[in-house]
Amino acid sequence: MIIGLDVGGTHTDVALIGHKGIEKEVKVPTDEAHLFETVLTGLEKVTEGVNPQEIRRAVLSTTLAANLIVQNKLPPVGMIVSGGPGIDPRLFRTNTDYHIVRGAVDHRGREVETVDDFEIMMVAEALKLKGIQYVGVASKFSVHNPEHEKRIAQLISPHFERVFLGHQLSGSLNFPRRIATAYLNAAVYPVHKQFFEAVKKSLVKKGLDVPIRILKPDGGNMNFDSSFDDPALSILSGPSASVMGALAYAPSSGATLVLDIGGTTTDMALLIDGVPLLDPLGIEIGPYKTLIRALHTQSIGVGGDSVVHEDEGVLTIGPERNGRAMAYGGPEPTPTDAFTVLGLVNGGDRERAVEGLTPIAERMKVSLDEVALQIFDQACRQILSGAQEMIDRVNSKPVYTVHELWEGSAIKPRHLMILGGPAPQFAEKLMTMFEGNVTVVPHWQVANAVGCALARTTCEVMLFADTAQQVAVADGEQASREIPRGFSLEDARRMALELLREKALQRGANPDHLEMEVIEANQFNMIRGFHTIGKNIRVRAQIKPGLIRGYDPIAGKLRRQDL
Amino acid sequence: MKVESMLQAKKKTGLVFFPAFDWAISPSHPEREERLLYTQDQVFEEGLLDIEGITEYKPDLVTIKDVQRVHFCVPDPWTVMTESHFISAGGAKTIGMARMDGKVERGFALVRPPGHHANRVVHGARGFCNVNIEAIMVEYLRRAYGIDRVAIVDTDCHHGDGTQDIYWHDPDTLFISMHQDGRTLYPGSGFLDELGGPNAVGTTVNIPLPPQTSDEGFLYTIKEMVLPILNDFKPELIINSAGQDNHYSDPITNMNFSARGYAELTDLLQADLAVLEGGYSIEGALPYVNTGIILAMAGLDYNHLREPDYNPERYRQTTATTRWIEQTGLRVLKSWQQRKELTEKLRADQTIHQRSRRIFYDTDNIYEVQSESIRVCDDCAGALRIESSSDKDVAILAVHIPRKACQACKEQAYEWYDSANLGRFDHVFLQDRPKDTYLERKKENAK
Repeated sequence: MIIGLDVGGTHTDVALIGHKGIEKEVKVPTDEAHLFETVLTGLEKVTEGVNPQEIRRAVLSTTLAANLIVQNKLPPVGMIVSGGPGIDPRLFRTNTDYHIVRGAVDHRGREVETVDDFEIMMVAEALKLKGIQYVGVASKFSVHNPEHEKRIAQLISPHFERVFLGHQLSGSLNFPRRIATAYLNAAVYPVHKQFFEAVKKSLVKKGLDVPIRILKPDGGNMNFDSSFDDPALSILSGPSASVMGALAYAPSSGATLVLDIGGTTTDMALLIDGVPLLDPLGIEIGPYKTLIRALHTQSIGVGGDSVVHEDEGVLTIGPERNGRAMAYGGPEPTPTDAFTVLGLVNGGDRERAVEGLTPIAERMKVSLDEVALQIFDQACRQILSGAQEMIDRVNSKPVYTVHELWEGSAIKPRHLMILGGPAPQFAEKLMTMFEGNVTVVPHWQVANAVGCALARTTCEVMLFADTAQQVAVADGEQASREIPRGFSLEDARRMALELLREKALQRGANPDHLEMEVIEANQFNMIRGFHTIGKNIRVRAQIKPGLIRGYDPIAGKLRRQDL
Repeated sequence: MKVESMLQAKKKTGLVFFPAFDWAISPSHPEREERLLYTQDQVFEEGLLDIEGITEYKPDLVTIKDVQRVHFCVPDPWTVMTESHFISAGGAKTIGMARMDGKVERGFALVRPPGHHANRVVHGARGFCNVNIEAIMVEYLRRAYGIDRVAIVDTDCHHGDGTQDIYWHDPDTLFISMHQDGRTLYPGSGFLDELGGPNAVGTTVNIPLPPQTSDEGFLYTIKEMVLPILNDFKPELIINSAGQDNHYSDPITNMNFSARGYAELTDLLQADLAVLEGGYSIEGALPYVNTGIILAMAGLDYNHLREPDYNPERYRQTTATTRWIEQTGLRVLKSWQQRKELTEKLRADQTIHQRSRRIFYDTDNIYEVQSESIRVCDDCAGALRIESSSDKDVAILAVHIPRKACQACKEQAYEWYDSANLGRFDHVFLQDRPKDTYLERKKENAK
C-alpha cells in the first residue's frame, strides 16, 4: 500500500491506496504554523488500524518550502556568483550575503577569466565570520563548463555544512534563474532536512518505518535521500498532485484541461495525449524565477470561497477570499453561498447564505434564485476565460525551427476534468458551457492525495557536447566527459539516456519501468572558414511524468505484489 | 532582506526570435543553421526574455499578398521563397504589428534569413536575400495602420541596395544606408551620388565609410549625419536594418565596430523597430551585439557588456579615417539640404525618366538585365515600369502604381499593363497599390 499526502492551504488530504483500491481517505485541517503536527496527524489517521508492514512508501507534498519563501523567512545563506561580461550580476542579487567574484566562461564553455582562489577564500572567510553554514555557487554558462563552480566548491567545501552548485539542478541556460535556484537550494536545505528527518523519526517511533518520498512540481517524486541534494525541488508541488490525480482517468489522446477548483483558487493544467504539459523553464515563486522543472499550471483567484462583488448590476468573483462562505460563518457572500441557496450543497446554514445574497438580489432587482444562478454562471465564465488565456499563452509559445512552426498545431482541449471540493456542482454547469466532454475525477475530494501516491520518479538530463573541444557536459554529473571527435548525435542520445538512467535510479525509480524519452536532440555543424571543425550537440532527455507501473486505472487498484 | 526584481525595461520591448535552426542556404554557407545558435545561448543565459517589459512573440507567416505588395517575384513567390522566408518576413511583420497595436514601444525581429539585398524584382537570391523583409513589413504597416512617413536606417556593413531599389522613387520613405565603401565590399554600390529617382531626390541617403572605421566613426555618423536628417524628415516610424557585420571580428568585412558601440548606436538612434540583417561572426560578435541591442532598445544598462577579447586600443581608428568621415559628412548634409535643386537638375524637363541596369544574383548565380521607366510627377511617386529579363530565359514587364498615385499616373500604368505585348514578355505584372491588388497576364506555356 502507498500513502499519498498533499498539504493544501485549507485542508491536508491523505489517501491510502492498495490492492483493493483506495482503502482509506482522510482530511485534516492544515495548520500552517504547525505543519509538522499536521503532516503527522494525517499520517497517523490514515494508518490507524493498518498493518505497518503492508505500507511500502509514503509520498508527501508539503507547503513547507513555499511558505518560507512567501513569508520571507528563509535562513541566511551565502551566494558566490561569477558572471563575467554581460548584464551586471548585481542586478540578480538574491540575498544579503551575495558576493560577485572574478571568473568567466563564454557561450561555448571556454574560460575567459580564471577563478581567483584568494578572492574566493576571502569571501568564504567573510561568510564564516557571519556564521553562515550553507552556500550557493552559480557561474554564467556553467552548464556548458562547470569547472569554475566546481573549483569554488572544492575551495570552500571544507568550511561549510553544504555547498550547492548551480549547474547541478538544471542543465538549462538562464544565469539569473540559476542564481535564484542555487540560492533556494541552499536556503531551503536546513529547514527541509530538519523537517523531514523529524517526520521520519516520529514515524519510526510509532512503528511506521516506511520509505518517504517527496513530490516535485513536475509531477514526479524523489526519494528521501536525494531530496537533500536538491531540496528546492520540493517547492510548489501542490498543483502537480492534483494533475497526477486526474491523470489516472484522463483520455489517452487529445488535449485535456484539468481544473482543480478549491476554496481559494482554481488551478489549471493541460494534458496532451494523456501526458501533462511541462513549463518551458521552471517555477516562479515570490520574487524568484527558477529552473525548478514544473508542470505548466496556472492559478486564478476563483474558488468556492471567493468573494462575490456586485457593481452596477455586474457580478464578478474573487480574486480574494475572506475566510469561509457565509453559510459556514464567513463574512461575505461567495459561490458556496449561491450553491447553498440553490440547494446544490447541504451542510451550511442556508439562512446565512440567503442573508448574504439578498442585498445583491435587491440591488440587481432579481429573485434570490436568479442571483444565485448568475453568481454560479459568472464563476464558471471566469474559470473558462482564465483557462482560455492559459491555452492562448501556450499556443503563442515561440518555436525556433521551420519544421516546428509549419507543423505545430494549436492546442484546443476537448475534455475537461474537474476535481476539488465543489467539483460535481461546477461540472454540471460547465457541461453546458464547454465544447466537449466534462467529467468529475473519481474521488474528486482526495484525488490530489491519490495523485501524490501514484506519481512515478522523474528527472531530466541536459547534455551539451562540443566535438571540436571534445567535451560533453551534463548537469548533475560529477565530471564532464572527454569525447572523441567522431562523437555523433546518436552517441549523445545514448549518453544522455545512460546518465538519465543513473540519475533516475539514484532518485528511487523502478529500474524495470523507467519511461525514458529524448525530448530535444539538435546538432549543428560548426564551420570556421570553409571547414567543419566539429559538431555542437544538445540532447535533453527526461523520465516522462506519469503514474507508476502496476496501477490499474479502470479498477482503481494497485496490481503489483511489491507495492 | 526583501528581494525585488531590479531589472525592468524602461521601454516595453518586443522580440521575435526565429533562428531557423533547420534552414541553410548550403551546409557551409555563412547563412546556415549555426548562425544564431550562440546568440540564442547568450540571450537565454543572460535571462533577457525573463526581464519585465521584454516580451517574446511567435512569428506569424506573411501572406503572398504581403509579398506582392512589395515585390515582383519571377515567375511567382512560391518559386523564389522557402518556408523560412515566409517566417522571417512574418517575424518582422509580427513585431511591427506589436508596435503599432501599442503592445510594445520598441521591437526587434531577430530572424533569419535576411532581406536587404532583395530588389523590387526578384529572380532569386542575392547577397543571401530573397525577399526584403523590412519592406514587406513597412508596406503591410502602411496598408493596415495607415502610416505614411517612414525612415529606414540600414546599419549593415553592406550597402542595403535592395531596400534602396524598392524605395528609390518613394519620397515618403527616407532610406539611409551607412556601410563599408562600395569600392571595397559587396555589392559595390551605395555611393554619395545615389540620391533617389526624379520624384524622390534626397530621400535615399548613402554614407560610405572607409574600412577600419571604429566606434568613434560610427557614432559620429549617427550623431552628425543620421540624426539631423531624421530630425528634418520627421518620420512616423524609424526602422533599423540592424546588420551586425561592422564588428571587428566579422570574417567577410573590414570594420572595427564593437558590441558596446552597437548598443550606443541603438541608444542614439531610438528606432521603433529593428530587424536583423547580416553579421557572420557568429561566435565573437553576434551573441554580444544582439545582447547589446536588446538591452539598449529596452533602455537597460549595457555598461557591463563587452566581448571577451575586446581591446579598444587595438581597434582605434586613425586620424585619416576620422577626417575622411568628417568630409563625407559634409557632403551628405550638403546633398540633403540641396535636394530640391538636385531634383530640377535630374529631371531636366523629362516626362519619362529612364535607367538601365545589370544585376548579378551572387547567391543564385543569375544575371538580370533591367530597364526602368518612371513618369516624372509632382503629385505622386510616379507610375513605374520595369522590363526585366534574366539568363534563365525569362522576360517580364512589371508595372507599379504607387500608394498615393495621382490619376494621370494610374492611367499611364494601366496603359502600360494593358498594351504590353505577350510576344515579348512571359509575364506582365501590375502592382496596384491604391487598390492593393496584384494582376498578372502571362504567355501560354510561360515558365
